[in-house]
Amino acid sequence: MMDHYYTFFFGVYPYICLSVLAIGTLIRYDREPYTWKASSSLLLADKGLRIGNVMFHIGVLFIFGGHLVGLLTPHWVYAPFITAEQKQLVAITAGGIAGIIGFIGLTLLVFRRLLVARIRQTSSFSDIAILLILWVQITLGLLTIPFSLGHHDATLMLNLCDWAQGIFTFRPGASDFIVGVEWPFQLHIILGLTIFLLFPFTRLVHMLSAPVQYVFRPYQIVRSRMARRS
Amino acid sequence: MKVRAQIGMVLNLDKCIGCHTCSVTCKNVWTSRQGVEYAWFNNVETKPGVGYPNDWENQARWKGGWARKPSGKIEPKQGGKWRTLANIFSNPNMPSIDDYYEPFTFDYEHLHKSPEAKTMPTAQPVSVITGKKMKKVISGPNWEEILGGEFEKRSKDKNFDHVQKDIYGQFENTFMMYLPRLCEHCLNPACVAACPSGAIYKREEDGIVLIDQDKCRGWRMCVSACPYKKIYYNWESGKSEKCTFCYPRIEAGEPTVCSETCVGRIRYLGVLLYDADRIEEAAATKDEENLYQAQLDIFLDPFDPEVIKAAKAEGIPDSWLEAAKISPVYKMAIDWKIAFPLHPEYRTMPMVWYVPPLSPIQNAATSGDVGMNGIIPDVKSLRIPLKYLANLLTAGEERPVRIALERMLAMRAFMRGRHVDGVELEDLLTRTGLNRAKVEEMYRYLAIANYEDRFVIPTSHKEYAEEAFDMRSDCGFSFGNGCSGGDNKVNLFASPKRKNLFGGTHA
Repeated sequence: MMDHYYTFFFGVYPYICLSVLAIGTLIRYDREPYTWKASSSLLLADKGLRIGNVMFHIGVLFIFGGHLVGLLTPHWVYAPFITAEQKQLVAITAGGIAGIIGFIGLTLLVFRRLLVARIRQTSSFSDIAILLILWVQITLGLLTIPFSLGHHDATLMLNLCDWAQGIFTFRPGASDFIVGVEWPFQLHIILGLTIFLLFPFTRLVHMLSAPVQYVFRPYQIVRSRMARRS
Repeated sequence: MKVRAQIGMVLNLDKCIGCHTCSVTCKNVWTSRQGVEYAWFNNVETKPGVGYPNDWENQARWKGGWARKPSGKIEPKQGGKWRTLANIFSNPNMPSIDDYYEPFTFDYEHLHKSPEAKTMPTAQPVSVITGKKMKKVISGPNWEEILGGEFEKRSKDKNFDHVQKDIYGQFENTFMMYLPRLCEHCLNPACVAACPSGAIYKREEDGIVLIDQDKCRGWRMCVSACPYKKIYYNWESGKSEKCTFCYPRIEAGEPTVCSETCVGRIRYLGVLLYDADRIEEAAATKDEENLYQAQLDIFLDPFDPEVIKAAKAEGIPDSWLEAAKISPVYKMAIDWKIAFPLHPEYRTMPMVWYVPPLSPIQNAATSGDVGMNGIIPDVKSLRIPLKYLANLLTAGEERPVRIALERMLAMRAFMRGRHVDGVELEDLLTRTGLNRAKVEEMYRYLAIANYEDRFVIPTSHKEYAEEAFDMRSDCGFSFGNGCSGGDNKVNLFASPKRKNLFGGTHA
């Protein structure tokens, strides 16, 4: 029974989620560009948003980048520079600080969304649901820190990295790396994958539209109809 | 020289009666949807007043428009690109809904359902955003109508800068005028410059500034960047929206809805040719008082053979060049110089122009010691202070406004002389830089204001750019997924489905 649990949630589920993430996002971008937006509610209630939103975004962007780099960088790339133990310490410290910043921000946003009448009334089910899911996820993430501190030898971290890299390199049996990992890690992973699954159906898609190209373009934009024909 | 054409607008404030027909017809066509109940692509303000949204002319507060840096370059007043991106999670310069007003309707149903009572039932206001009853409506789109509210509040109007304003709070000295406002379709739009997504653009063919609804991500930087506060964030769709200059009508050669329905016939639409290469230089003019002149200087004479040649090389159709020659906007703004841009000091080079209003002569003047300038009254004795109009229209430079008012007074006096007294007061014209032909034309455009003279709009010649045949049976203006109205009740991608309290449902 436990075998099936590990195989499904850490061997099969990741592929379901990543497939829906990729295909769903592409379809939405192509078919429903009008729905692709940050869905800001700044206009309706700026109090509580300013500090909460800034903290949340800074925290969560840092954590997201950290997970991406931390999980997907093969051991041999950083081995000549730092040991796995040192890497784990960096991850716990930096991730913990960013996590707390993100947690405080997100908590403020949750209160604002649920308690401010204008925001509550204009929120869709998905707005509220994804916010709560993110809150649970960041809480689970913070809960893993005490457990990580119990593994000084970094074997746990290396197992998680091997699992993530195994998924991305289509290695059979990647789920074996998760066997025996403490429950907060397992829940954090499952919920994280679920967020990937929900991604195309929520406002989260706006992160793919981070306006990087703005820095490189001229201020003024003039569109010509003639240009479209040629 | 890079010649471009734009359809500009002139509003003759001298004839605006403040009836709000423009606002209402515009609203019915464009913003009678959920999410933009508070948005008025066209609104009419009573001046002096702080306007709508609250205090919009105070750029020290809202940071709209452009600022000139010591280097001589300009950048959006709210900050350059990095600053803009740094504010993306929370725009500190963005007005909140309370700076506009909480959109409301009334609980009319209560009037039908109320049980018998000693007092008349009343319909309480209901917020259109929350659907809940409101204690009190504390603000609205036209809150200062006909000098409503106390002078103390209205006098925060930025146009009172350098005006001894206290005496205008007295009943005897009070003055007012109407200011209809819409998107200025600027030559140097700050909204375009501030859009991180690159969704806002100016159309090369007719200069209309539009927001690509499919590219807008709702970063909200345009809302604060526009000094006229004429971009509205749709809280329902999560996208910004603005005046479209009724582009489907303009393309077909028809006036905008606000112009078409104007009861006072104060609006004019016509082609202006300008040199696009000189926009940036003109917008970066050092002294604010010279910005009006700098803007005038980039317009091109539609009769100049060189200009015509260059315009043709740019692919501007002949019908547009012919229309430019009889453009009412060219005549009023550039030829007669009686129409002015609104707040040129914002450096956006606005393309909606205003003829300043004449006003009654003050009591002091009529009681004997009238300041007269020949047989026309001195414009200094007009009830609306010259400085106030200059702050509104020429960044404080009084001379151009004075000349314009004198020309309008001279036209009136001359035509009155002709029609009432049977005399031709030629010297009046020469003193104000007019001549008989010019004043007759001015009279025709300003006083008679025939439809054909007011609206000289060449059709867009879409056929040059697109295969018209491919566009047959196409859907017209729509949001979202092509012609699909998204009729299914459940939507996988969370596009809005809530009931519109203004009636009907959002497509």
